[in-house]
Amino acid sequence: MSDVQDYNSSLSDPAQSRKFETFSYLPPLSKESARAQIQYIVDKGWNPGIEHTEPENTRSNYWYMWKLPMFGETNVDTILAELEACHKAHPDNHVRLLGFDNFAQSAGAAMVVYRGTSV
Amino acid sequence: MAKKYDAGVKEYRETYWMPDYTPKDTDLLACFKITPQEGVPREEVAAAVAAESSTGTWTTVWTDLLTDLDYYKGRAYAIEDVPGDDTCFYAFVAYPIDLFEEGSVVNVLTSLVGNVFGFKALRALRLEDIRFPIAYVMTCNGPPQGIQVERDILNKYGRPLLGCTIKPKLGLSAKNYGRACYEGLRGGLDFTKDDENVNSQPFMRWRHRFDFVMEAIHKAEAETGERKGHYLNVTAPTADEMMRRAEYAKEIGAPIIMHDYLTGGLSANTQLAQWCQNNGMLLHIHRAMHAVLDRNPHHGIHFRVLTKVLRLSGGDHLHSGTVVGKLEGDRDATLGWIDTMRDSYIKEDRSRGLFFDQDWGSMPGVIPVASGGIHVWHMPALVSIFGDDSCLQFGGGTLGHPWGNAAGAAANRVAVEACVEARNQGRELEKEGKDILTAAAKHSPELSAAMDTWKEIKFEFDTVDKIDVAHK
Repeated sequence: MSDVQDYNSSLSDPAQSRKFETFSYLPPLSKESARAQIQYIVDKGWNPGIEHTEPENTRSNYWYMWKLPMFGETNVDTILAELEACHKAHPDNHVRLLGFDNFAQSAGAAMVVYRGTSV
Repeated sequence: MAKKYDAGVKEYRETYWMPDYTPKDTDLLACFKITPQEGVPREEVAAAVAAESSTGTWTTVWTDLLTDLDYYKGRAYAIEDVPGDDTCFYAFVAYPIDLFEEGSVVNVLTSLVGNVFGFKALRALRLEDIRFPIAYVMTCNGPPQGIQVERDILNKYGRPLLGCTIKPKLGLSAKNYGRACYEGLRGGLDFTKDDENVNSQPFMRWRHRFDFVMEAIHKAEAETGERKGHYLNVTAPTADEMMRRAEYAKEIGAPIIMHDYLTGGLSANTQLAQWCQNNGMLLHIHRAMHAVLDRNPHHGIHFRVLTKVLRLSGGDHLHSGTVVGKLEGDRDATLGWIDTMRDSYIKEDRSRGLFFDQDWGSMPGVIPVASGGIHVWHMPALVSIFGDDSCLQFGGGTLGHPWGNAAGAAANRVAVEACVEARNQGRELEKEGKDILTAAAKHSPELSAAMDTWKEIKFEFDTVDKIDVAHK
C-alpha cells in the first residue's frame, strides 16, 4: 500500500477541497494564460463579463456582478484591467471571467481568474 | 373519372414509383439501402418498399377505391447507386405527413421499419436516414431540458462534462455502490452512472440504491462545492414501475435519471421524457440493443435514424460512441450524428452519411455521451472530436486507477481542463496531446499515475460499418 497515495479532500478543509468549476483543478491562471483565455472569448465573438463572490458562497447561481457585461469589448488589455480592478476591490473573493454567448443564451466560457481566500 | 375495381396483383411500380415527383416540405423523406433478390428491377423493389411501408399490400383490394390512395401513398421518387457496393442501391421515398400520428415516433417507425423489413423480394433492407419535416418535429416534445438548461442546472460552462459508469456492472450492494459513486464524485466528476443492466436485482434493489447514491452526491457536493449528479436508472419491467422510480428520484432531490430507450421502448421513453420536462429533471439515455439494429451495413436501421428518433422522443444525453475507444464508430459518420443530436439545422453531407437537410427549429439539443474503453490518453482526441457540449465517460478509466476512484476522477478532471485550456490557446490537441498531458501531470500526481497505467492500451480494429465510398 505504500505506493498508493491518499486523496486529500474533506469537509473540514475548504482551502484544499472546495472547487469552483472550470480550470479549478489546474494551477491558478498566470497573467499570460488569462490573456490567452480572454483572447479566446473575444475571438468567439462572446461578450466578456466579470463576477465575484466570497469563496464560501460559490454554489450560488448569482455571484456579484462587477459593473455590467462588457458588450462588444474586444480589447484584451481593457478586459484584463477590469479583472484587476475587481480583484483589487475584493481581494478575498473569487473573481471569474465569463464569455456570454447570446445566441446559445449560455456562457461559452467561465473561469476563476483570481482565487479568493478560503476561510 | 372514377376508377373501376380490377381485382388481382399489379406491379408496385405502376402506383408507387414516381420519378417525376418533387417532395413537399411537409413530406417525411426516407432513404433506404435495398439489396434486392436476383433479377428484380430496382424500380419495382423501390416501389414495393414505398408501398409496403405506407398504404399498399400485395394485391388490389376493393376498399382502396373508398379513399384517395394517390394522396396517402408513399412515393419512391429516386434511385441511386451505392458507392463501392453493386449488390445494393439507395431508394428515396416520400411519405405524406398525414400518414403519421402527431408526436409519435412509435407510429413513424412502425410504418417505416415494419412489415417491409421481412419482405421476400428483398435480401436485405436498411433504413439509412429520415428527414423529419419541421411540421412534424413541432408536434414532438423532444428533450426534456436541452443543453443550455442542463448547463444552468449544473453550473458547468466552457468544458465537456465528465462522467463514470460504476463497475462492476452487477453484483455490488447498494452501500458499496454508493461508496464507488462518492469516491468518483469527490475526485472531480460531474456525474456517475448506473450501468444499463442495473435495474432492481436481488443484490441491490432500486430504492436502496437511490438512497445511498443520494447521500454520496450530497456529501461530494458539500466537500467540493460543485454540483453533482448520478444517472439513476429507472428502466423497469413496466411503465408504471418506471414512473414510480422516477417519482422517488425526484422526491429525494436527484437532478438526473436514466432510461434505456430501445429495450425500455419508445412509448415508455416518450412518457418519461415528458414527465421529466414537467418536473425539472434531466434525462440520460442509454442505447442498449442499438448495435443489433445498426451495425450491419446492409440490414437494419442506421444509428443516425435512431439518433433522430431519440431527439424527438426525448432525452438530454445520448450515447454516441467514442470513435477512439473500445466500441464501434466511424469518425466521419459519428461527427454526422453528433451534429444531428446538438445542432438546430444540419445540412445534407454525404461524406458524413447525412442524406437530407434536417431542420429541428427550436427543439433543444441532446448532449452526446462518449463512453466505452476510454482513458486519459484519449482525452485530447475526445475534446477535439466532441467539443464542449458533450459528456465524456470513463468507467474503467476512472475506477481502474491504481490509487482508486477519487484519484482516477481527479486525473480525468485535470486532463480535460488541461485540454480545454490548451484548445482555447489555439493549440492542436490531437498533435500536441502528449505534451499537454505531460505538462499537466507535473502538477497532478493522480494524472501522472493514470498516464503510466494506461500507456499501452489502444483499440485499433477496423470499423465494420463505414460510410459508403467508391471502390472503383
